[in-house]
Amino acid sequence: MRVLIPGVAGGLARQVAARLLRLGHEVIGIDPRRFWDVPDGLELYPVDVRKRAAEDVFRKRRPDAVVHMATVTSLQVQGDERDRINLGGTRAVFDHCRTYGVKQVVFVGRHTFYGAAPDAALYHTEEEPPLALASFPALADLVAADLYAATSLWRDPSMRTSVLRMVYTLGPALHGTLGAFLRGRVVPIVLGYDPLFQFLHEQDAVSAIVLALEKQLRGLYNVAGLQPLPLSLIIRESGRTALPLPEFLLERVLGHGGLPGLPPGALSHLKFPIVVDGRRFREETGFAPTRDEVQTLHDIQLPR
Amino acid sequence: MTPWSLEVAERVDRLELPFNALGMDPWGVSRGHLKLFYGLLEPLYRQYFRVKSLGVSNVPPRGRAMLVGNHSGGIAMDGAMVIASMFFDQEPPRLVQGMAEKFMNALPFAAPLSWRVGQFTGLPEHALQLLQDERLLMVFPEGARGTAKLYKERYSLVDFGTGFMRLALQTRTPIIPFGFLGGGAAIPTVANLYKVGKLLGLPYLPVTPWVLPVPLPVEMEVHYGTPLHFEGTGDEDDSVIQRYVEQVKAAVAGLIEGARTERHARKHPGEQAR
Repeated sequence: MRVLIPGVAGGLARQVAARLLRLGHEVIGIDPRRFWDVPDGLELYPVDVRKRAAEDVFRKRRPDAVVHMATVTSLQVQGDERDRINLGGTRAVFDHCRTYGVKQVVFVGRHTFYGAAPDAALYHTEEEPPLALASFPALADLVAADLYAATSLWRDPSMRTSVLRMVYTLGPALHGTLGAFLRGRVVPIVLGYDPLFQFLHEQDAVSAIVLALEKQLRGLYNVAGLQPLPLSLIIRESGRTALPLPEFLLERVLGHGGLPGLPPGALSHLKFPIVVDGRRFREETGFAPTRDEVQTLHDIQLPR
Repeated sequence: MTPWSLEVAERVDRLELPFNALGMDPWGVSRGHLKLFYGLLEPLYRQYFRVKSLGVSNVPPRGRAMLVGNHSGGIAMDGAMVIASMFFDQEPPRLVQGMAEKFMNALPFAAPLSWRVGQFTGLPEHALQLLQDERLLMVFPEGARGTAKLYKERYSLVDFGTGFMRLALQTRTPIIPFGFLGGGAAIPTVANLYKVGKLLGLPYLPVTPWVLPVPLPVEMEVHYGTPLHFEGTGDEDDSVIQRYVEQVKAAVAGLIEGARTERHARKHPGEQAR
């Protein structure tokens, strides 16, 4: 199968590319970002997915499947540019897929789609709408991209589209939102709160994306590991120290003195849980994580 | 030295919950927190309120079930004592999961702690998922109106909500009615301060003759009745659901009345209960 991966420079995307290559697929990557450890055999085009040159890749290479991973979080890109990448980029990818006869598209989204709210039920199912967008506006463009990708299910019924809402991924390189948050030895938390966090080992996340391709999934799917853990326990079990600070103080110190930075509104994600029900994906694909949450935390452990 | 007894530790270890290697279940219930929680409940259950649990064998030892009873007392001591009774007097011990008022989940400190010991926000989604997970749910269909009962109303029941019945039908869950006595005498509410409560983020603040809602060491009783099974889908007309709910309410009222008569006969042989 010839698979095109927009956003291939991302930490998880590179591993997806490497896995697909190992499985004998032909893999084409699009990403204007520079990166060094390009997987052997990857056909790389350093172009922006919204530009003409990207469309040329679709036209000339005619991929069978696309794994869309060219979305960014508010930690990586600020302001209007993020909006253009996430929504504008997603629209361009789906337009090209339709125009050039791509049979299957996997949109790799995030479980933060559902939002964190004190009055939300713990296990979110795929049918639920996004919540608490007003308290975390920086999430709006990712939610919009997810919803836009989902419209492809009825706009292009002949194209098999799957929207994966993946939990945080963790691995030794600490890519991704939760990984970046856990990079230091001291991790700030909101005093008086200890939400459950859900995460997958990045190798299992790669397996899930590959499974979505192999099983030719169509529809919305939450992708989760075995069970969530409280943030304080994640910090402790990975050899770090939690620094509980009152919310008003935390807002001021984040991003300073080696503490991770967070966009406005993200504190709600440190107060209330976002936990998804991943049963549908497991049942339809037979997905079974190879590492449980304890082994995953062991993999990111700091030397004591 | 730990703040809990060996018995508490041993019983927590016997709880039939899917704990992982870190002692956490898929809902974020923590074995360590449960030991502390039951360790704190033990002296209240055994020495302070000297709770008598009767009819415990009516509660199935495993599988989904719903405990449905009356509120008794201005703060949720009734719920805590039902939780304790299913832990200390049921074999094997069972974790009772209450449905907390929604305001609880936004309270710092209280919210994460109540989660760790299995007491979640009272959302229909939570109730449904917990029952599908074969858990033991505790429901007070009187809601906050039930805890707001004044001392003189302590044996009465206010209107029951109907949500629990639709859930029970939908999930084919047996309902075990229970009657709780003593909470009204432990915390004799003479008035409820709604405005002060709002300032504190609570639905109301109960006031006792000694002002603060600190409970007296009054004996408490919880009477579990025989399981009630209802057939249906949960999509029935309101009138049908209401009829079923009235049956549960009557069962709860019957347990309270029976217990009062018994208690009175014990204390005043030869007289009728008032």
